Amino acid sequence: MTDFLQVLFVGIGDGAIYAMLGLGLVVIYRSTGLLNFAQGEMAMFSTFIVWTVWDLGVPLPLAVIAGMVGGFGVGALAHQIAVRPVGDPHEKPLAVVMVTIGLFVGLNSAAQLVWGTLDRDLPPLFGSGGIEVAGVAIAWQKIGAVIVLAVLALGFYLLFQRTGLGLAMRAVASNSESASLVGVPVPKLLMLGWGLAAAVGTVAGVFTAPGRGLGSNMMQLTLIFGFAAITLGGFDSLLGAVVGGFVVGIASSVVPQYVPGFEKMPLAPAFILILAVLLFRPEGLFGRKQVQRV
Amino acid sequence: MRGLRAGYGIVEVLFGLDLDVDAGELVVVLGANGSGKTTTLRAVSGMLESRGEIVFDGRSLRGLRPDQVVQAGIAHVPQGRGTINDLTVVENLRIGAWTRRDSEVAADIDLWCDAFPRLGERRDQLAGSMSGGEQQMLAIARAFMSRPRLLLLDEPSLGLAPLVTAEVFDRLRDITDRTGTAVLLVEQNANLALDFAGRAYVLEAGEIVASGPAAQLQHDETVQKAYLGI
Repeated sequence: MTDFLQVLFVGIGDGAIYAMLGLGLVVIYRSTGLLNFAQGEMAMFSTFIVWTVWDLGVPLPLAVIAGMVGGFGVGALAHQIAVRPVGDPHEKPLAVVMVTIGLFVGLNSAAQLVWGTLDRDLPPLFGSGGIEVAGVAIAWQKIGAVIVLAVLALGFYLLFQRTGLGLAMRAVASNSESASLVGVPVPKLLMLGWGLAAAVGTVAGVFTAPGRGLGSNMMQLTLIFGFAAITLGGFDSLLGAVVGGFVVGIASSVVPQYVPGFEKMPLAPAFILILAVLLFRPEGLFGRKQVQRV
Repeated sequence: MRGLRAGYGIVEVLFGLDLDVDAGELVVVLGANGSGKTTTLRAVSGMLESRGEIVFDGRSLRGLRPDQVVQAGIAHVPQGRGTINDLTVVENLRIGAWTRRDSEVAADIDLWCDAFPRLGERRDQLAGSMSGGEQQMLAIARAFMSRPRLLLLDEPSLGLAPLVTAEVFDRLRDITDRTGTAVLLVEQNANLALDFAGRAYVLEAGEIVASGPAAQLQHDETVQKAYLGI
């Protein structure tokens, strides 16, 4: 039982990270209708910014905030110079998907160019200690990840549901032409969405780096888990990203431990989840069904 | 507007259009499918690049972005209504007031919910789940939320039952009587449109082929033949 709880808590901590990345994916899906393949690399790049600021002697929490600001800039810039010139993602979805793959490669190379190919060490944001409850050790870092995720998710919820800016972002997502006709500056809001997605990704990177080592490829596995999370939760649902993140995190931690044959395939549960959801409930747990009025 | 030319890519749709709308005037542009009606409105609202002069209140609108055109006082209800389906009725109205920064937005939402009782009954319903007529009324109410001085209205009768269309026009007439907003309407339903408007233009293949007071065009032989089916 203790062993199981231990494995469970590891899964919850990982799941919170997948959910953070998932939140960013959902924000971009809502505005473009597409998956952003560069989401993980944007997170990696801005985590390097965190590291650089921290390395200058700035306390880590402040460095994280600086990294989020930098990440916002990276996301916004990526939209302005790479995504927007290609055209309307609703008209040319494939072209924009290719651009996000290009951004993936570009950011990865840029990070290697700037910070080299050796892994850097980023200390855990919440320290390396933990608490022990009934024989189960829980790292502060895992608890911190869950709390930070809750704050981020609540922040996004309030932004989208309670502010005029969020209302405009939802309007752009639902019908960008009509939003434009009522005077909403659509390109600016799309840029804002990309910036926010990258900023929230920074946090996912900050929680990933201490365990895996801060390197240019560190977010690639996390991105696949993030895809699995939002596939399960529903591409356009923030709540879905959170729930999906935890389910994927727990499944990826528990299944290899207890199901024979999965020991050496840590990614398999996530892929099986993606496949099962797409087969039996393509809109995910909380996503909106695509209904076409004819 | 003077000598308006516009098109999509290399396809030119409008060939030098001259068209006037006075303050508070109700003007209709009649024309068949593909004559350039929608293109005309899209050129005015900045959704399309155009050549020629578009002047509103003494100010040139050329090269302005759609949001700047709205700010200038022009609202556009697109063909197919353009309600934002994933937002509720109230949210649609609120987004309609995006360019406004005053404190009367909430009061205006109540005002339009009273003016269109069907909207008032469905304040928190998603726009996408409403009937076509309700969506058309929502689209019109949303356009008025920006307090425009000119409303561009693209085929409000499209896909609506005749009774519903009549209701939409009745409501619109009440509103313009009260607000004094000028309307540039494009329509295929000539009977209704000519009853509604004071003046009319007839557009054919990107050129104006007839114009005059609506009452006069109603009795014009070519118009009757082409659009009234008499």
